[in-house]
Amino acid sequence: MVRPVRRGDLDQVIDIDATVTGLEKRKYWLSVYRRYGSAQRDEQQFLVALARGRVVGFVIGEVRDWEFGSPPCGWVFAIDVDPQARLTGVGTQLLQAISARFRHIGVRKLRTMLALDNTLILSFFRSQGMMAGPLIALEMDLDS
Amino acid sequence: MRLQKNTSLALYSVLEFAGAPDRPIAAAEIADKYGVSAHHLAKVLAELARSGILASVRGAGGGYRFVGNAKRLTLMDIIQMFEDFADPPAQRGAAEPATPVDKALSAVLSEIDENIKATFKSITLATMMRLIERQQAAAAASPERTK
Repeated sequence: MVRPVRRGDLDQVIDIDATVTGLEKRKYWLSVYRRYGSAQRDEQQFLVALARGRVVGFVIGEVRDWEFGSPPCGWVFAIDVDPQARLTGVGTQLLQAISARFRHIGVRKLRTMLALDNTLILSFFRSQGMMAGPLIALEMDLDS
Repeated sequence: MRLQKNTSLALYSVLEFAGAPDRPIAAAEIADKYGVSAHHLAKVLAELARSGILASVRGAGGGYRFVGNAKRLTLMDIIQMFEDFADPPAQRGAAEPATPVDKALSAVLSEIDENIKATFKSITLATMMRLIERQQAAAAASPERTK
């Protein structure tokens, strides 16, 4: 089952993220929850997937208008599944759920961005039908 | 970018086999479908069999059968059997590029290479077969375009 996040889910979300990244980012997740979890706007989504009453995954995204020269489109900027719950379709359910919510408010394009060497998540998004888009991420060092 | 002929043939073949994992397919069937020499194809299929992706099936109705895992095998797994994706000499710690022009060009080419590798590594055979299905559905939905 996938539903909007509740305050009581946050500890489990933090645990999943800490398991995957090795870092517990409590302050970060509290700020993410404040911005996306308690949002009244359909353009911001923070969804969790549950199995036997336990949070096993989450997805967070937002509709951005005209940034980077792009017409309004839905961005997924975080998705993760408890490693013990992977390969059971949870990731697919999460992405489909957020896509459905964006589609419902008229958004017709979904985008995300991730590291080139994150083959696991890159493979996941591609398995869901995502292909490289027209944008490119560029960076440079800011010398002191 | 362009792939070498053997690489393309290997990809076409593996996708044919992975799309019908329950039946052996004769090399001649694939050679006919893609208009290639059966002799040439045989060498490619033999290489795929050596790598454990295909298994030969002897006897009448024989050929090869897909024995890999389409959800795990990626395009890169196939491609790197036939193409050289080794880093260029400069990045392998051999002689340093001689000039700033070499270094700048090397940086640009590395950017392209890393994108290519990431793309091939992230597309499994299963994902590729879904992409093919989508193309087939689009072609079926637009018969005017194919006239």
